[in-house]
Amino acid sequence: MYNKTIAELAKGLRSGEFSSVELTSAFLDRIKQHRSLNAYITVTEDLALQQAKAADLRLATGEAELLTGIPMAQKDIFCTEGVKTSCGSKMLDNFIAPYNATVVAKFNDAGAVMLGKLNMDEFAMGSSNETSYYGSVKNPWDTHTVPGGSSGGSAAAVAARLAVCATGTDTGGSIRQPAALCGITGLKPTYGRVSRYGMIAYASSLDQGGPMTRSAEDSAIMLQTMAGFDDKDSTSVDLPVPDYRAGLSNSLEGLKIGLPKEFFGEGLNSDVAATIEAAIDECRKLGATVTEISMPSLKLAIPAYYVIAPAECSANLSRFDGVRFGYRCENPADLTDLYTRSRGEGFGKEVKRRILMGTYALSAGYYDAYYIKAQKIRRLISEDFKRALSEVDVMMGPVTPSTAFGIGEKIGNPIEMYLSDIYTIAINLAGVPAMSVPAGFAKGLPVGLQIIGNYFAEDKLLNIAHQYQQVTDWHLRIPKGFE
Amino acid sequence: MNSQWETVIGLEIHAQLATKSKIFSGASTAYGAEPNTQACAVDLGLPGVLPVLNEEAVRMAVVFGMAVEAHIAPYSVFARKNYFYPDLPKGYQISQMELPIVGIGHLDIDVDGVNKRIGITRAHLEEDAGKSLHGSFHGLTGIDLNRAGTPLLEIVSEPEMSSAKEAVAYMRKMHELVRYLGICDGNMQEGSFRCDANVSVRPKGQKEFGTRAEIKNINSFRFVEKAINHEVERQIELIESGGKVVQETRLYDSDKDETRSMRSKEEANDYRYFPDPDLLPVLIDEDFKAQIKAQLPELPQAKKQRFKDDYALDEENATLLTSSRQLADYFETVVKESGCVAKICANWVTGDLLAALNKAGLEITDSPVSHERLAGLLKRISDDTISGKIAKQVFEELWQGTATADQIIEAKGLKQITDTGAIEAIIDKIIADNLDQVEQYRSGKDKVFGFFVGQVMKEMQGKANPGEVNKMLKDKLK
Repeated sequence: MYNKTIAELAKGLRSGEFSSVELTSAFLDRIKQHRSLNAYITVTEDLALQQAKAADLRLATGEAELLTGIPMAQKDIFCTEGVKTSCGSKMLDNFIAPYNATVVAKFNDAGAVMLGKLNMDEFAMGSSNETSYYGSVKNPWDTHTVPGGSSGGSAAAVAARLAVCATGTDTGGSIRQPAALCGITGLKPTYGRVSRYGMIAYASSLDQGGPMTRSAEDSAIMLQTMAGFDDKDSTSVDLPVPDYRAGLSNSLEGLKIGLPKEFFGEGLNSDVAATIEAAIDECRKLGATVTEISMPSLKLAIPAYYVIAPAECSANLSRFDGVRFGYRCENPADLTDLYTRSRGEGFGKEVKRRILMGTYALSAGYYDAYYIKAQKIRRLISEDFKRALSEVDVMMGPVTPSTAFGIGEKIGNPIEMYLSDIYTIAINLAGVPAMSVPAGFAKGLPVGLQIIGNYFAEDKLLNIAHQYQQVTDWHLRIPKGFE
Repeated sequence: MNSQWETVIGLEIHAQLATKSKIFSGASTAYGAEPNTQACAVDLGLPGVLPVLNEEAVRMAVVFGMAVEAHIAPYSVFARKNYFYPDLPKGYQISQMELPIVGIGHLDIDVDGVNKRIGITRAHLEEDAGKSLHGSFHGLTGIDLNRAGTPLLEIVSEPEMSSAKEAVAYMRKMHELVRYLGICDGNMQEGSFRCDANVSVRPKGQKEFGTRAEIKNINSFRFVEKAINHEVERQIELIESGGKVVQETRLYDSDKDETRSMRSKEEANDYRYFPDPDLLPVLIDEDFKAQIKAQLPELPQAKKQRFKDDYALDEENATLLTSSRQLADYFETVVKESGCVAKICANWVTGDLLAALNKAGLEITDSPVSHERLAGLLKRISDDTISGKIAKQVFEELWQGTATADQIIEAKGLKQITDTGAIEAIIDKIIADNLDQVEQYRSGKDKVFGFFVGQVMKEMQGKANPGEVNKMLKDKLK
């Protein structure tokens, strides 16, 4: 039951093979059994069973949707009414959201069952899940390694079959990198495709929610529910949402794939490189042509990102001041004391580091040299992507330079940690969609193939990933101990 | 004031826009509700919420820009102004910095009959903050976020005013304008219209500006004048006694009539403005501008000129009648409905009606005498049913608000007597009773004529048609 796809489960729910309550209970048991992975911050057992009961009633009426009764989980960055929404931070450990994020509301409307809220790096700042106030998540493929981040709880839960599927968010790689390290399928949609309302902001111009699933088809089903214009989010785009499953079976004959040479240079682990090359060969066999391209601005992506994202976060996180909600220090002496201690005690180290970097970058006298310059670089990167994607249909490359690294291995060295997002960050700066697809293993750990497409070409990415998954079985592999 | 010194003043006016809902949320902007009952998730700055721009606020800003003949930016951008304060929920205020919606414009003011054009540097949209409430919280501060997110138009003038008087004239003119345009209710007590004043002094003839102080949050015309005058005196005294003005923000204390330092330039916040990534740039095209232009109401200046031209009103009446759009509308309706000479209508509106309203402390919109009823009264003056004098009596009755002029005239028997036979009989009687005065008149003492008119009117309880009385008396006394 745990290994079935959404479509298979939907069939089972309709044929009476199992009920949503049975399915949900089974997943809840599994979550308890694998508590040590630390994938969940909150398990909403009662709510899940309640939703499952309602889903069973709805299924009986014949008016159910594909996701009705499917047990899934939300990254703890999405506000869920009446349920703790911590964003992985001590700052929001006591925060019960009084409203639903648009994405959550859409899954509720579809009748999906929420098993709980998934662990993540604090305020989505991190690439290993080690910055979470609730402790590291363990990678099910090797519990001594990290699952990646910031959506590490989501990736681990889906890989370990502790949820059929999960939401994630991606600001610089936070869906794709953990998806790659945990061997699952993850899609970061085009900026503006999925509403950000109720998704706690890290860097508003880069944040984008997306699906984290085992297969491309499941991602298509999830995205179908998540995507669309939201009048509560001015940056969401008012374009029709295509039927993402409709094109999954399209042939890849004649597909033009570009390989940015910058993705295959120094720093890329040779085992990972070999795995990616094999995956690209597989695409060739499916009828695609492959050319090498160049994206000269890519090397500027990390420095530009680490100005823009912290700058935005420094303002986004100002609301956590101990006044209206969240953590408040004990017995503040005065207002300044209230602010400094509430924030000093409520935020973790990485969050403080980024707030300080961002505050610095926006300060009088530095603004032009950092913020404005970074925006110019961002424009260059976007232009590079537009140009490249006018010559090829998609780009491919690795998601990460290496497979999952050890817990504790990089947390003391922020620069090294930041470099683990070297192949993902530019995509967020450009705003284009990209996927991570399981492409094999290097020394027993999963490797993710990245597919990058043009604006709003999610259907194309899903089609390629689906076709690839028809001829490979990497996405069906189950980590030992989670069969 | 010391004549060696010249004062330079620039004003920043904050006008709350009269939209129904807030600038970035659907919550109501109504004033006076229980604390925090009009603050939704967005106003509270809850995690995850996003602002959505209220189009009505944009429309109002453009209306304003057109009224001051300003450049309307085709592309303007909201920015975050970062600072921590408990009544600022997000820790930043959404405002506009580099690219405001309204650019350079101007406003003409009138001081002691002299016209002066004051430049407007810019006007930009922003959200208001909430309020901190001190007292009755056991040593803590209460926060009311009802006002948080109320749309504000911040109108920045050039430093072109040279006296407190000019500053007040500018502020009044601006106050009149925003109310005319229907974009701000102008209620200064509720804080809908308030200003900060940048004040500096310099020796006469010097080109460079002196160091300025910014006086914050002045919410009445009287306080603007007092605060500026006080600040000018303070600066002059300071310089003359060998001191130096420091750039700082000062707060006007209306109880003590003094300004005191809030923070110096060194302590000033670095607001770290940057474009708000949650909001798209505001694009305004020619079509939108044309649409607004077509709906723009007649502006006070143009209306005043038209009143002078079309109604032959003098400067004083035209100014008074166009001081508010409601008063001007009232007047024009009375003219139309009564069919009376405009000048008479103007005299009635600016005279008896405004006097009565002032006495009762009422606005024209609350007048117990509706325009229909005043027109009804004036109609009876113009068709000679009653005399002007009787009309004043009728007006007093109208003020009670229970009956029309016709009903009052009828009930009280105030109809003017134009029956020449009746008037003639009275005149004959008066002449017969006052032969001495007749003699005086005939020997050239013209003044005595008034005595006869008075006697006749008295005898006829003021109801005789004065024209008729004059004519007949003149004949009889020949």
